Amino acid sequence: MSVAVPASLRTRSIRDRLEAAGLFQIYGVLLLVVIVTWGLILASGGNINVTNTLVRSVALGIVAVGQTYVILGGSLDLSVAYQVSVTAVVASIVMDGRVDRMWLAVIVVLALGALIGLVNGVIVTKFHINAFIATLGTSLIIKGALNATVNNYAGAVPREFRKLGYGAILGVPVSVLLLLAVVAIGWFILRYTRFGHHLYAVGASEETARLSGVRSDRVLILAHVLCSVTAVLTGLFIVSRLSAGAPWVGTDGNYDLESIAAVVLGGTALMGGRGGVLGTFAGVLILALLDNAFNQLQVNPLLKDVVRGVIIIAAVAAYTIRQRGRVP
Amino acid sequence: MSADAMIPVVERRFDESRGRQMLRPLVAAAPVFVVLFGLFIWITIENPNFTNPNVFFIFMRRAAPLMVLAAGQLFVIVSGEFDLSMGALATLTVILAASWIDGDPGRTWWVIAALLLIGALVGLANGLITTLLGVPSFITTLGMLLILDGFALWWSGGTPKGSLPDNFRMWGRTSMQDVPLIGQLPYSVIVMWAVGILCAWLLHFTSFGKQVFATGGNPRAAFFSGVHVPRVRTFCFVISALTGVLAGVLLGGFSGVSPDAGGGYEFRAISAVVLGGAVLGGGRGAVIPAMAGALALEALFTLLNLLGLPNPIRDVFQGVIIIGALGIVAFRERKTRE
Repeated sequence: MSVAVPASLRTRSIRDRLEAAGLFQIYGVLLLVVIVTWGLILASGGNINVTNTLVRSVALGIVAVGQTYVILGGSLDLSVAYQVSVTAVVASIVMDGRVDRMWLAVIVVLALGALIGLVNGVIVTKFHINAFIATLGTSLIIKGALNATVNNYAGAVPREFRKLGYGAILGVPVSVLLLLAVVAIGWFILRYTRFGHHLYAVGASEETARLSGVRSDRVLILAHVLCSVTAVLTGLFIVSRLSAGAPWVGTDGNYDLESIAAVVLGGTALMGGRGGVLGTFAGVLILALLDNAFNQLQVNPLLKDVVRGVIIIAAVAAYTIRQRGRVP
Repeated sequence: MSADAMIPVVERRFDESRGRQMLRPLVAAAPVFVVLFGLFIWITIENPNFTNPNVFFIFMRRAAPLMVLAAGQLFVIVSGEFDLSMGALATLTVILAASWIDGDPGRTWWVIAALLLIGALVGLANGLITTLLGVPSFITTLGMLLILDGFALWWSGGTPKGSLPDNFRMWGRTSMQDVPLIGQLPYSVIVMWAVGILCAWLLHFTSFGKQVFATGGNPRAAFFSGVHVPRVRTFCFVISALTGVLAGVLLGGFSGVSPDAGGGYEFRAISAVVLGGAVLGGGRGAVIPAMAGALALEALFTLLNLLGLPNPIRDVFQGVIIIGALGIVAFRERKTRE
């Protein structure tokens, strides 16, 4: 595939068409999952709750948007789960149940998240360490620092802050609005800003992008920072639901591997350069629908992961199988 | 496999003797041996008993499973893929072995054989899904991790059943006695050496090994020079899965039956392989340095333990050292290229 040169209208239209074709497939799979899971639920006498499914996909959905950015740039972030935990714990400790500290806490965790993203980005781009190992390393560091300081629920969030997790505006949950906003902004940045186009270029071929004048290091660092910011937002959402943060909230949700799975389910190439946020949104919804179906149909909870594993592989196989040429 | 009939894919450089060519991967991975040596010295300073064979072999028994896993993971990494499912496979091995053997020593051998067969099938599935269906191996083996972990959990119902007899546990736990010179030799060290020698031979001295390097270095070029890329990669996944089962046997013997016996080992094995100089993305790596990387990681854990650091701080150190070591390697490499 050719590199997306941002200035050229021609390549952009090719990219758009490819993306549209890919999205068509992915939303087709989503529709299939909707029909099958809802059909099964209705057949077994359960009821369908769209809002509930959406709320369940908020935590994974937000961080998956950030993960899409780093993966598009040809990188990866395995440390998001611990970043979610850090955010939940720090926010809850700083707020300590007081309304007047709410914004302070939000600023503190955003700054902390941006710093972690910056470190990840710098290690990957300037030290030339493979992102897989680099973010595995930073996640060990964050994990250690976190477990050394707290080992249980710490602090508390004020009642006002819990509106983020439980409130609603005109019948729509605030958290769902947050998710939709993050997806919309994520989509807008990729589609309409210079940074977005550069990110595709860097992911498709770092060297070509650099030789064409893109400051690829900066682009990738910014992608890592944005990814961390989404991890922070997920952490804030979770702590508002739980009303206090604990060091295991991020890892219990498996946000590191699940977010990568959602991104790839959404048709973004793991090698970078191809895909987008809208696909990821579909990937997240697919995972949430499956979860919902497992619960409603009372699938043996111990077997859930088995079914999930099979479905993730099968879904990704369903679209890679068509895109492949003969030569590896 | 008709490997021998093929044109050698990696030509020997003409200005190098065969001996030097063999040494090249070892020299490239020299930092890991320096690190390992340094760690051993430091451990000995902290605990002078470390050189006592008894104490040293306890350490080796702990390190053997990771070293075995590193040898297998290396094949997959060199061929340009990932295997995230090997830790879960080790867990499943422990769980299934305990419930099938259920304390009856007479069943040990056929159960181990059956588990190796299951391992081979898991590797085959990983390989075929990755190569024929074109699913990225990260996702294939992540899915496999979920499947195997979920299956182990479901099979055991949350709490493992059964028990392991002594003739199963001996592999990870006990030593061969009355060995000349050193007095005793843990069975796990024998297994580790056997796996290491077999893997080193396969990767560095056979034409299959050369095809693995060619596949990881440039799959397209390998394809055009007649390498059956999907078959080579699939075979690498099978090797990796087999080491997963062997590591499970050692872990079951060493630490007993638990539902998270192999948890996290896949990431540790990948870290070990990379510490040993292999490149994620494929085409470069060597068996002995990879296993040395695993030994260095375990030595690091032992050292941090000896220094009396609490568990969380150990994680921090591990992270810093992995990033630091790779940073130095990457820096040196750019220097030499310039």
